[in-house]
Amino acid sequence: MKKFFQLLIRNRLAAAGGVALSIVVLLALLTPILPLQEPNVTNTANRFVKPFSEGHLLGTDHLGRDMLSRLLWGTRLSLAVGFAAAIFAAFFGAAIGIVAGYFGGRTDNIIMRGVDMLMAFPYILLALAIVAALGPGLVNALIAVAAVNVPFFARNIRGVTVGIAHKEFVDAARLAGLSNTRIILTEILPNVIPVIVIAMSTTIGWMILETAGLSFLGLGSQPPQADLGSMLGEARSALITNPHTSVVPGVMILIIVMGINLLGDGVRDALDPRLRSGALTRPMAATVVERESQPPAAHAEGVLTMTDLETQFHVGERVYKAVNKVSLNVAPGECLGVIGESGSGKSVTALSVMGLVASPPGVIVGGSVRYKDAELIGMKYGRLRELRGDRVAYIFQDPLATLHPLYKVGDQLVEAIQVHHKVGRAEAWKRAVDLLKQVRIPNAESRAESYPHEMSGGMRQRVGIAMSLANDPDVIIADEPTTALDVTVQAQILSLLNDLRRERGLAIIFITHDFGVVAQLCDRVAVMYAGRIVEEGPTQAVLDAPAHPYTKRLIACVPELGEGRRRLEAIPGLPPAVDRLDPGCAFAPRCLKKEAACVTREIELARVGGRAVRCLYPETDLKEAAE
Amino acid sequence: MSAALKLENLSKAFPVGKRLFGAPKGIVHAVQPVDLVVEEGETLGIVGESGCGKSTLARMLVGLLPASTGSIEIGGKPLNNADPAEFGKRIQYVFQDPISSLNPRKTIRQVMEAPLKRLHGMGKADRDRRIAEIFDSVNLRQEFLERYPHEFSGGQAQRIGIARALAAEAKILILDEPVSALDVSVQAQVLNLLADLKAKLGLTYLFISHDLAVVEAVSDRVAVLYFGSVVEVGRAEDIFRAPKHPYTRLLANSAPVVGRPLTAPEGRETELPDPLNPPPGCPFKPRCPRATDECAAARPGLLPDEGHRVACIHPLGAGD
Repeated sequence: MKKFFQLLIRNRLAAAGGVALSIVVLLALLTPILPLQEPNVTNTANRFVKPFSEGHLLGTDHLGRDMLSRLLWGTRLSLAVGFAAAIFAAFFGAAIGIVAGYFGGRTDNIIMRGVDMLMAFPYILLALAIVAALGPGLVNALIAVAAVNVPFFARNIRGVTVGIAHKEFVDAARLAGLSNTRIILTEILPNVIPVIVIAMSTTIGWMILETAGLSFLGLGSQPPQADLGSMLGEARSALITNPHTSVVPGVMILIIVMGINLLGDGVRDALDPRLRSGALTRPMAATVVERESQPPAAHAEGVLTMTDLETQFHVGERVYKAVNKVSLNVAPGECLGVIGESGSGKSVTALSVMGLVASPPGVIVGGSVRYKDAELIGMKYGRLRELRGDRVAYIFQDPLATLHPLYKVGDQLVEAIQVHHKVGRAEAWKRAVDLLKQVRIPNAESRAESYPHEMSGGMRQRVGIAMSLANDPDVIIADEPTTALDVTVQAQILSLLNDLRRERGLAIIFITHDFGVVAQLCDRVAVMYAGRIVEEGPTQAVLDAPAHPYTKRLIACVPELGEGRRRLEAIPGLPPAVDRLDPGCAFAPRCLKKEAACVTREIELARVGGRAVRCLYPETDLKEAAE
Repeated sequence: MSAALKLENLSKAFPVGKRLFGAPKGIVHAVQPVDLVVEEGETLGIVGESGCGKSTLARMLVGLLPASTGSIEIGGKPLNNADPAEFGKRIQYVFQDPISSLNPRKTIRQVMEAPLKRLHGMGKADRDRRIAEIFDSVNLRQEFLERYPHEFSGGQAQRIGIARALAAEAKILILDEPVSALDVSVQAQVLNLLADLKAKLGLTYLFISHDLAVVEAVSDRVAVLYFGSVVEVGRAEDIFRAPKHPYTRLLANSAPVVGRPLTAPEGRETELPDPLNPPPGCPFKPRCPRATDECAAARPGLLPDEGHRVACIHPLGAGD
C-alpha cells in the first residue's frame, strides 16, 4: 500500500489530478454547512447578475438563483450520481464477468453474446432508450448510465478471470474441498479487485459526463434541482448573452473529469504489476555502460573474449551484482559451456555481450568484451547493431516467444537476411529456404510458408537456429536452447548444433544447467555460482576430477540413468542473493570444507594450464592434475 | 498387498473447434483407454513427453477433469466423476509449478487451512496443531506461515505444495513433474523428502515426469506413455535394464548422459503424429526402426496380462 502511494505521488500529473479532485470532493462534502444562499430560491428581479458581484460571487442565473450555491449543490449531486453509477456498473459488470469467465463453456458463450448485443448499441442511444422506458428522473438516469457501462466491466473482468480460473492454485483450492462460490470469493475475487479498481478509476469520468449529458437533455435531474448537466441545459438559451451561466458549470465538469482521468491513469500505472516492475518502461536499445576504469586488456586469445565483465541491476537502493568480473573466451570451432543454476548470472553474462540486458535496470559497470579486435562494451549503437545477428547471433530458450506470431517463418528469415545484406526478396527467400534445409526441416519449401504456431517446439527451435545462422556469424550464443524441448527432440537439436559448428567453424557459447548436455557438446566448461566463475577447464577434465566443491557436489546431484532406485545427493541451503554478498566465497555457507579463511577476503580464480578454480581448498590439486 | 488405485478403461476425448450449436469439428483422444493398478505403498512412475497425455491422466485421477469412459477405484471404492472434494480426501495432487499453485494473495497459513477446514471440518485449535505437525514433517519453519508465496524460493514453495497435499490426509499423492521446475541441487532435497514421507506415512505415489533418470531413482514400477496410451509397463529395473518397446529405448538413448558421445538416436527428423488425424495402428510406427506393414493394421494391446507388459508386435528381445 505504501509503495502504491509512493508510485502515485511520483506521477506529477496524477498528483495534480488528485489534488484538484480532492478539493472538489471536499467542497461538495462541505456544501450543506457552508454559508451559501438557498440554491432553488428564485429572484427574477436579480437575473443574470455578472460574476464577482456583491453577494453573488459567481453571479446569478436566468431565474436569479445564486450560481455559486447551485454550482456546489449541483457538483455534489453529479459526483454522487457518477460514483454511484460507477459502483453499480462495476459490481454487476464484475459479477457477470467473473461468472462467465469462471464457468466458461456454454455459460460464458451465452452471457458474452448478450453483452455483445448490449455493446452493439451506441452508448447514448441505449441510455436514452432506457430512460425513455423508465421515465425521466435522476435515479433512472443513474440506472441507465450504470447499465450502459456494465458490458465494459463484464468484458474486462471476464478476460482477467479466464486467465486466473485456469491457474493451478484454483485447481488446488478445488482439491482442498472449496465450493465454486468460495473459490470465486476467496481465490478469484482478490486477484481481480485491482483490475476492477483500475477499470473504475478510468471510467468514472465518462459516467459523470454521461449523467450530465442526460440531465442536459432534460432526462436526468428535474427542475428546480440542480446538477451540472441541467445547469448547462438551462443556460443554453443564454449562451451568447450571458456566457457565465454556462461557463461556470462547464469549467467544473472539465475540472472534475480531467482530475479523475489523470488520477485514474496514475492509479492504473501504480497498480498494474507489469508497469510496476518496470517491464513496460521501454528498455533502451543497448545496455547502459557506466564504466569508470579503462577496459582491461584481454586475458586470452579468441574470436570473442570477455575480461572482468561486470553487469549489475540497479533497483532502487539495491545493487544486484548479477555478473561479477567474469572472464571467458571462445575460439573458432570451439564450444564453450557455461553451466549454473537459476540466478547464477549465466544468462545475464550471455546478454551482456551484445548489450542486450534491459536498461533500466541493467548497467554494465566494468570489464571488456572483444569481438576480434573490436571492443563491444561502449561501442556506438549503430555499429553494435550491425554486429548483432550478423557476426554474433543468439539462440534463445523459448522459440515461441522469439518468433513473431503474425509473420510466416520464411518472411522472418528474409527480414533477418535483408537487415544485413542488400539482396532482393526472391534471392533472400531462396536463402531462407536453404537455411531451413540446413537445419534439416523436412519440406523446407512449404514449411517456409508456415506460421510459428503451426510448428512443433522442435521445429520452431530449428527455425530459431536457422535465423541465427542467417548471416553466417562467427559466434553463436545459445541460451538454454533445448531446455523447453523433449529429450528425443533435444537429442536431434544438439547433434544439429554439433554438426553445424564442425562444418562452419562456428564458435558457440552454450548456456545450460544440464551436465549431460555439456558433456556431450562442449569442449570446455565454465561453472558459475552467484555471478562468478568458480571453475573452468576442459569438459572431460572438469567432469572427471572437479576442483571446486560446488562443481563436485552439483555433479553428484544429477541423477543418471542406470543406477536404479536410490537416494539422491542434495546440496542443503540456497544460493545467496546477489544484492547482499558477503566477502569471500559465496558457496561457503553451503560448503562442507568451509574454513575461517574462506569468508575473510576475495578469493582469486587460480589458473593452472587450461584449468582454473576459485577455492582455497580445492577438491583436486590442479598442479598435480596438470602433471 | 491390495490395490490403492485401480483404473479400468479410463479415457479422455476432447472435442476441438466447439461451436455454440452442432457437433464439434474434431475429437482429440488425449488418453486412450487405460487399465492400471497401483498397489498400496508403491511408487508408480509415469514417463512420457509433452503431449503424451500424462497430465490429462493425472487430472482425471483427482477429479479435476471428468473421464470420457471408464472407472476409477480408490481403496476398493469406486469414485466416478464425483466432485474434486470427494476425491480430495483420498487422493491429492502436487503441482508442477510450485509458485503458481499458490494463490499470490493468501498467506501460507490460509492456504494450509483450506483443506483442514473444508475437507475435515476441523476447529481452530486442531488446525493449528495439525499445521504445526505437517510443517515439522516437511522441514519448514513455523514463521513461514504468515508469509506470502512470492517470498519463497522454488524448492520451499514445492515443500509447501507437498504440505498442503498432506493436510488433506489422502493416502495417494499424484506428483505431476514435482521437481522439473527446480534446480538440480534443490530437486534432490524435494525427492528425498518425498521418500521419507512415504516411508513414515505409508503413502502411495504416482510420479509423473519426463525425466527418466529421476523416475528411475524413485519408482518401483514404471509406465511409459506415448501419444495417449501406455506402451510399456513393468518393474522399474526391468524397464530400464531391458526395455521392450522401441520408444522406451529411444527415450533412454536420447537423455544426454556424461560419457556418451553425441549422436541423434533417431536418424530421421521425426515428430509426434497429428492428434486430429492419427495414423492407423501403432502411433509410433512412423518413427519406429522396426516397423512393418502389420503395425498399421491395429493399435497393439498390452501383452502379457501380468508382469512386464508391452504394446508392440515386434518387441525388443534380450539380444537387441
